[in-house]
Amino acid sequence: MDSALLPKGVKRCSFPQFSIGILIVGAVLLWGVYAMLLCWFKGLNQTGMNDSYGFALWIWADLAVIALGGGAFFTGLLKYIIGKDELKNIINFAVVIGFICYSSALLILAIDVGQPLRSWFIFWHVNVHSMLAEVAFCLSIYFSVLAIEFVPLLLENRKLDEVPFFHNLAHNMHEVMAVFAATGAFLSCFHQGSLGGVAGVLFGRPFAFREHLLVWPWTFFLFTWSAAAYGPCFTILLTKITEGITRKKLVKDNVVDLLAKISGWMIASYMVAKLIDTWYWATVTAPSRGLTFMQFYSDGNGLYTLWIIVAELVVGGILPALILTNKTLRANKSMLLLAVILACIGVCINRWVMVLQVMAHPVLPFEEWFAYMPSWQEVATTILPVAYGVILASLAYRYLPVFPQERELNPVNG
Amino acid sequence: MNKTHNTQKAKKYGMVIDLDKCTGCGACMVACMAENNVPFKKDETNKLDSITWMHLYKLTNGKAFPETEICYLPRPCMHCEGAHGHPPCVSVCPATATDYDHGTGIVSQIYTRCFGCRYCMGACPYHARYFNWWDPVWPEGMKEYLSPNVSPRMRGVVEKCSFCFHRYQLAMDKAYHEGRKELEEHEYQSSCTQACPAGAITFGDLNNPDHQVHKIARPDNEHGGKPSATNVFRLLERLGTNPKVYYMSSREWVRRLGDNYLPHEKTGEIALGKQKGHH
Repeated sequence: MDSALLPKGVKRCSFPQFSIGILIVGAVLLWGVYAMLLCWFKGLNQTGMNDSYGFALWIWADLAVIALGGGAFFTGLLKYIIGKDELKNIINFAVVIGFICYSSALLILAIDVGQPLRSWFIFWHVNVHSMLAEVAFCLSIYFSVLAIEFVPLLLENRKLDEVPFFHNLAHNMHEVMAVFAATGAFLSCFHQGSLGGVAGVLFGRPFAFREHLLVWPWTFFLFTWSAAAYGPCFTILLTKITEGITRKKLVKDNVVDLLAKISGWMIASYMVAKLIDTWYWATVTAPSRGLTFMQFYSDGNGLYTLWIIVAELVVGGILPALILTNKTLRANKSMLLLAVILACIGVCINRWVMVLQVMAHPVLPFEEWFAYMPSWQEVATTILPVAYGVILASLAYRYLPVFPQERELNPVNG
Repeated sequence: MNKTHNTQKAKKYGMVIDLDKCTGCGACMVACMAENNVPFKKDETNKLDSITWMHLYKLTNGKAFPETEICYLPRPCMHCEGAHGHPPCVSVCPATATDYDHGTGIVSQIYTRCFGCRYCMGACPYHARYFNWWDPVWPEGMKEYLSPNVSPRMRGVVEKCSFCFHRYQLAMDKAYHEGRKELEEHEYQSSCTQACPAGAITFGDLNNPDHQVHKIARPDNEHGGKPSATNVFRLLERLGTNPKVYYMSSREWVRRLGDNYLPHEKTGEIALGKQKGHH
């Protein structure tokens, strides 16, 4: 039915089968849209947030998807600026994932603010001292860059490519893509960093606050570094999931191995920096505010106790770094998969604690730990971008030449 | 935030709350809500989404009977000065919807500019900022009793104690009309101060040595406004928020609950010089 739109020389499932899959995920999407409309029309009383938990699940989801989507800018940097040419075989997918992640983040932000129609105030009445303003500017511009990076791939659709103008436009855009990759990397460094700065500048919140270098707290640099380190793991994980669903090999092992190796060393170096940061914070910064390390991990509800820092730093940091930096372990498919899964969990925990544990920890000595339970509306609107992402990624895979090596790795008989 | 100001004439309005006098009656809270058109819900049992610009905490020394002691601690917005007029909340607001007024030392909130990101709430360690989770619903006929001097807030924006700034504006209007540029101490008083039956709250200009607040707290402006009077303290002094609400209590356990201390540290002995980093 849609065969004229499919890329040449590759096999796709039947249109009805594809449609059923999309409809199932579409139902989840509609559930999320319903919850989103509730939040917009009835207000944020639909959430489980309160005055002590002004930042919660949504802000975590924003930070997490942006960190995971960091694979786009870092892979682009490696391919176009540093010259790791093998990565051309995975860069398209990284860009698609990045586009999904960043559009999701913008959508969640649009739901998260109390007066969405005033969102433009952040640009019009901007406070240049605010990390959130820096986030908004860089994130919006970088999303535009991602959209531009996505265009040539869209134009390579079989039907669109038949139009000479689109064909030439795509070709010319490929030629200048290094400029956009460099712009993307520059912007990403700032918005990833400023997302870290959002927590790090909170000098009224000793769990989040970090010492500064110039105008930026350490979390600024840690967030940029971790997004570059962990983002490619998410790209690899989604590639493996796509390969599993399509039951095809889509990217050659040497490409995945190169990205995994670079990611591994980035995580390893990030972990060194993160451990130094944690040590300094625990022994110098926090005590100067009258707090001991263990006071931050004594949540009576059991959620914010030592297990969470072990899960973040050891299970989600040191362990994947060890696996990914070791050639033998990396070559083992199961170990590779384990490492990228742990890495993704690790960076998500980091973003979680830098948002929710900050809110949960009582700063006033006579207060107790604050508890928070997201409402179904928050959960649904957080799942909404996942459903949207699955649909967009499925459409991209079906109709666009996302994986350049697919044809070679999966020759179609006849 | 960066506007120039005349430091010689700059006021620094603040408060001293005598915790030994406070009975926890809640009159300050009621007066504040009535004065500032603070919205309320039918069911106010969940204090985490109820708006109380002036909030009353109940502190205890944690000892068993008969040594149990309690203390009530009223908590308005601290109107922090931070370092050089950068309170925790003001510097983070992306849309300049909250500002530090160098002329009065008051941290303002512009309701019509706030777009509800709640970053300021996350930044405030005192939980002095509140979000309007609902649109205000006034009981039948109550709209007629709202104060015309304070704009009611809509759903989706943050609000907080303003030190009854409208009273300052009215007093200044009157002073200008009478050809004066300066206010007498009694001309500008917050509603909570006037409502307290025990006289526990003292309000005035911390920069004016003739004002009671200055005499009681004796703020040391060379050291971030740290109180030099005995038994006077500020909440979370060592975070560097530089609040303008001072507390006093003769009870050591109360003063100790005003800040975080390492086990070996003595109450009130805080090396402010150790704090650094924020801007």
